[in-house]
This record gives sequence, C-alpha cells and structure tokens, in this order.
Amino acid sequence: MKISLSRKDRKNLIRIIVSLAMFLAIFIADKIVVLGNVFDSPAAWVFPFALYLTVYLIIGYDVLWKAVRNIAHGQVFDENFLMCVATLGAFALAIYRGVSGQEIEGFDEACAVLLFYQVGEWFQSYATGRSRKSIASLMDIRPDYANIVRDDGSVDTVDPSEVAIGDVILINPGEKVPLDGVVVNGQSTLDTKALTGESLPREISEGAEIISGAVNLTSQLKVKVEKQFYDSTVSKILELVENAASQKSRVENFITKFARYYTPAVCVIALLLAVIPGAVTGEWSTWVYRALSFLVVSCPCALVISIPLSFFAGIGAASRYGILIKGSNYLEQFNKANTFVFDKTGTLTKGNFAVTRVYPEEDAEKVLALAAIAEHDSNHPIAVSIVARYGKETETGYTLTNVAGSGVMARKGSKTILCGNEKLMRDNGIDYVRADEVGSVVYVAADGAFIGYIIISDEAKPESAQVIGQLNGMGCRTIMLTGDNPEIAAKVAGELGLTDYKASLLPQDKVAETERLLAQKKPGEVLCFVGDGINDAPVLMRADIGIAMGGVGSDAAIEASDIVLMQDDLKGISLAKKIAKKTMAIVMQNIVFSIAVKVAILILSALGIANMWIAVFGDVGVAVLAILNAMRVNSKYSK
Amino acid sequence: MKKIYKLEDLDCANCAAKMERAVQKIDGVNSANVSFMTQRMTIDADDNRFDEIMNEVVKVCRKVEPDCRIIR
Repeated sequence: MKISLSRKDRKNLIRIIVSLAMFLAIFIADKIVVLGNVFDSPAAWVFPFALYLTVYLIIGYDVLWKAVRNIAHGQVFDENFLMCVATLGAFALAIYRGVSGQEIEGFDEACAVLLFYQVGEWFQSYATGRSRKSIASLMDIRPDYANIVRDDGSVDTVDPSEVAIGDVILINPGEKVPLDGVVVNGQSTLDTKALTGESLPREISEGAEIISGAVNLTSQLKVKVEKQFYDSTVSKILELVENAASQKSRVENFITKFARYYTPAVCVIALLLAVIPGAVTGEWSTWVYRALSFLVVSCPCALVISIPLSFFAGIGAASRYGILIKGSNYLEQFNKANTFVFDKTGTLTKGNFAVTRVYPEEDAEKVLALAAIAEHDSNHPIAVSIVARYGKETETGYTLTNVAGSGVMARKGSKTILCGNEKLMRDNGIDYVRADEVGSVVYVAADGAFIGYIIISDEAKPESAQVIGQLNGMGCRTIMLTGDNPEIAAKVAGELGLTDYKASLLPQDKVAETERLLAQKKPGEVLCFVGDGINDAPVLMRADIGIAMGGVGSDAAIEASDIVLMQDDLKGISLAKKIAKKTMAIVMQNIVFSIAVKVAILILSALGIANMWIAVFGDVGVAVLAILNAMRVNSKYSK
Repeated sequence: MKKIYKLEDLDCANCAAKMERAVQKIDGVNSANVSFMTQRMTIDADDNRFDEIMNEVVKVCRKVEPDCRIIR
C-alpha cells in the first residue's frame, strides 16, 4: 500500500509527533521527580502547568483559534469549541487544586486529551480522504482531453467539450475514448470495465460504434465523433453518479436530524450535571470534571461521516460491476425490494426473435412476402425477424396502419394485407387456422382470406433461471409481464420458475398492471420493475424502483430508471441486492455501535467511572472505527 | 438554473451539513446540496439573480466553515 498524504495531513502528522514526544518527556519526568514538588512554594503548580500548557498550545492552537473564530460567527455548538471548553476546563480544575493547596494533578490529562483528540482527528481525516479517493477513483472515467485531427492532417490536443459532431479524433493506446463515435480507421481492443463491469476486453474494428469512457488498449484508432461531449455516454454517467449523492436516504436524513439535536442536548445535560449535583453535594470539581467529559463526547461525527460514506461506498462498489444506482435512497429501498416485475422480451429472454415455422409450408414464400410488406417499417423484434427471414426487397406503395395491440394493416388500392394476432383476424371476420405451437404467432391474411401464419420464438437468457431462483430464494415475488399469449407466457414462466405471470398485455396494460400490483402491496414493501428500457419508460418511472438493462447508449432508459445495469446481464440484479443488503447492514451496525458507545460513555462519565480519556475515544475512536467499518462495503462481491 | 461547484478543503461532514442548511436558507435558493463525499455543492437558484445569490452563498459558507473554498 502506497501511503501518500496531503500537505495538510503531513504537516499535522509532524506536529502530532513533536507534541507527543514532548508530552511523553514531560510526563515521564513528572512521574520520576514529580514536577509539582520541584519548587517548594505555594505556586509550585505553575511549573508543570507551564510545561504542559506549552505542549497544549503547540498541538491545539488551531483548535483554539477555530473555536474563537466560530463563536464570533455564531457557531456555538462547534466541535472545536466543545473540545476547548472541555480541556481548558480540565486545566482550570487542575489550577484550582494547585491554588487550594491540594495534590497537584490533572494538567497531564487536559493536555493529553487534546493531543489524543488531534491524533483521532488526523486519523479520521486520513481515513475519510483515503476511502473517498479510493471510491471516487472507481468512477474516474472522465476523459481529460481529445486528440483532434485537423483537415491538414495535424493533430491538436483539445478539451473534449471543444470537439464537434463529425470531427475525427485520434485515440492512442492507453488513452480513454473521449467521445462517442464510430471507428473510421484501425483495429484495437477496448477495455470497458469502468463502464460496464465487463472484464473481457472488446475487439473492435472499422465501422464499430464505441462509447466514451472505455480505454483503448492495443493500437491507434481514428474515430468519427457522433455526439457532443455533454451528450456522450461518459458525461451522462458522471452526471448520474455525481447526482447520486444528493438523493439522500431516509437513514441519512435521520442522522442529519439526530445530529442537530444531539449536540445541544448533550451540552445542556452537561451543564445541568455540573450545576445541580455540584450545588447539592458541594463537590464542584468532581461534577464539573464529569460534565466536561460529556462535552468531549458531544460531537456526532462518527455518524455524520460514516453513514453517507457507507452509502457512497455501496454506490461505488455497484458501479464497479456496471450497476449505476441513482441515489442512496434507492440503495436503501432496494434492500427491502420484495416484488420483482419483469418485462419478458429482451429482459428475461434474449429478444433475438427468429422465425421457427411458417404455415402452410408449401406457401411459405408467399406468407413471408406478404408479412414482410406489412412489417418492413417496424423495428419491433418480431417484425425485424420476419423481414430478415424473407430477406428480399418488399413490394412498395402500401399504406401501413398500426392496429394497437393487434398488428398492422397494409393497403394499396383495393389490396389489403392483415398481419397480426388472433384478435386482428377475429375483428376482421377472417376464418383462420389456429396455431397450437408455442411461440409468438403472426397471422397473415390478404383481401379477406387467410393465407397462413408464422411462428416466432425467443430464447430465455442463460442466467434468467438462476437469477429468478436466487430472488425467489430471498423470499421475493417474481412476476413476468408480457404481450405474448398465455401459452408462451406459461411455458417461459414455468421454465424460469417465476412466481406469477400476466400474459396478453398491451403496452399500456403493463402500466395498469404495475399500478394494480403497487396498490396491492403492503406498507414497507417495495416493487421493482425490470425492463430493457425500450417502450417501458412509463413503467420504469411508475415502479418504486425502475431497473433498466443494457443501459449503454439508451438515454431514455437511463433517464427513466433508478438503477441502470450497464451490462445486459440479469445477474446484476442479485448482485445489486447483495450490495444493498451489506450496505444497509453496515449502516445499521454503525448507527447502533456509535450511539451505544456514546450513550454508554455518557452514563459512565456521569457516574464517574469513565474519565476524559475514555470520552475522547468515544468521540474520535468511534468515528475512526465506524469509517473503517463503512469501507467494508467497498469489498469484492461474487455474482 | 442549476450549477455544481467543486469545494476545496471540506474536511468535516458535520460542517457540510451545516453549510447545506445555511445555504438553503438564503433567499432565492430553490435547493442546495452539499456532498461531503464528492466535495461538491449543487445549487439551484433564481436565474436572473444567480451571481448575486452566489456571492451570498460564498459569504455564508465562509462564516460556517472558513477553511472551505468554493471554486467558481
């Protein structure tokens, strides 16, 4: 591990070491010769006091200065101020003992408490800085420059935002792809790990589309830019990740609120603790000392730092696997997610539709030709597969009309082609032969007569069954929504082990169905919708958590969803669930641990069992432990 | 208008929360967010008074956390 310190951290470290050495020298000398007895006079206490005060000022001048400055700004319940009151109070008590002729003690403690506090603060600053950097570096996909190729062939290095659409840029091996574009020259391999979490490098050659943020590995590429920087994938992702921190979870809001009341409350109790028992018993110095310990524990830093850090680490860890989570509130909610609604096509299945059978076989060419006329304009996967299978130029001149949820009607003069599902046939009074195979069925009719049908099937993704199984195992409900007929739906649902399915849904039915499921759920339950982002943006937005798959390049999906899986791999869902679970577990541990330790120390100090040393641990020690615990979120996860 | 500013030397999470609260109270600021993790402040404020509001933001932040600088 390479240790690199910021200038400030290095300066403070030197100061701490020097002070610590001085403190130890004085402390040991005090134990051997008892500094308070070196001079035989009533003011003998001044000698150890002066020595310890010197160390105190060296280690604490900045704390004192900040305290004074913040009071001037009206920031009373400030950590620095409280530390000053506590330690100066301890000095005052020691002086009081000295003046009143009691045994001289307490100076070492006042000084050590501040020293210990500074050690803790330093470690806290170091640990936070380090963890923040290590997570932030995961998300460091921002390209710093682009090499633009001018018309005369010269190459200039410019800021990526200065490159226009249509410009040609040069990407050397080892450089980040600065803008989205198409390769015009060269062959290379790209590392897209930072973007998608996919560790296998991608082979690319001329004509391939490449996305910004990937790293060019092997050889030089010339790329024609297709999107401006603000519009490119890398900017979109960065914007999303940077905004993630502003979507705060309920736990974070609770902590912020808690912190606001905790410090003043502890200070008030400290005051009461000093005054009331002090007045009753008359043992002022005992009770004032206990009250001072209270002040030391009164900063809520352990919570205020470690909770957002845990969420940040969770979001960072997820992004390493190509899972973008748009805010800590979604991470928190996702842990509670117990209903997963899946779109079928392209999500649970590959969406690579292929024509598997044409009926009647002897007229296959004719059926396909007519269907291709009706479908050639559509980019629906079924339509694409029919046109691809036909593979020839289609007859032109037809007017195409979409019949929502049923199919397409194509007209040219007196000729009419109907291409769609059974409903379309029935609605138009066509006497059709019903297909009994499993798959999507497209019926074709021309001029009022049935011609034939085409069966198109879709394969389940290899990981679908495994992921559904894992989710079911976690006690979640898994529901599939599909526009397919009930037979196909039942078959796929059975194969994958889904708890439930809804078939024959029109696109708008999917929203209604999701609404219905949302209305049914009990309070505290969370519904996720998983879709490929094509045509299902409204559902993605309506669900408690919208998860879009294969997000690279699809702006609409990134916009509408709350979690984006950059890779078209369902395993991201169970992985995200694991990360959410671990994050929330660590968040709860930190809350319970920090509050419990602080309350315990408060009680022990009030009873006089804990001294100021333990109180300092309750402040900075707990914070450091909580930070280290938070970093556990950012560990490795298995898919 | 929404703008994001980088913050330098923001070392304490509690101060970030305090800054956020103070900035939110400024007249003309629709929403403000200070992220200790990303060291950034996001401000959404009135378009035509943006510069004036930003001056106020800088002033308020200097009061709450004098060590932290807003990079404009």
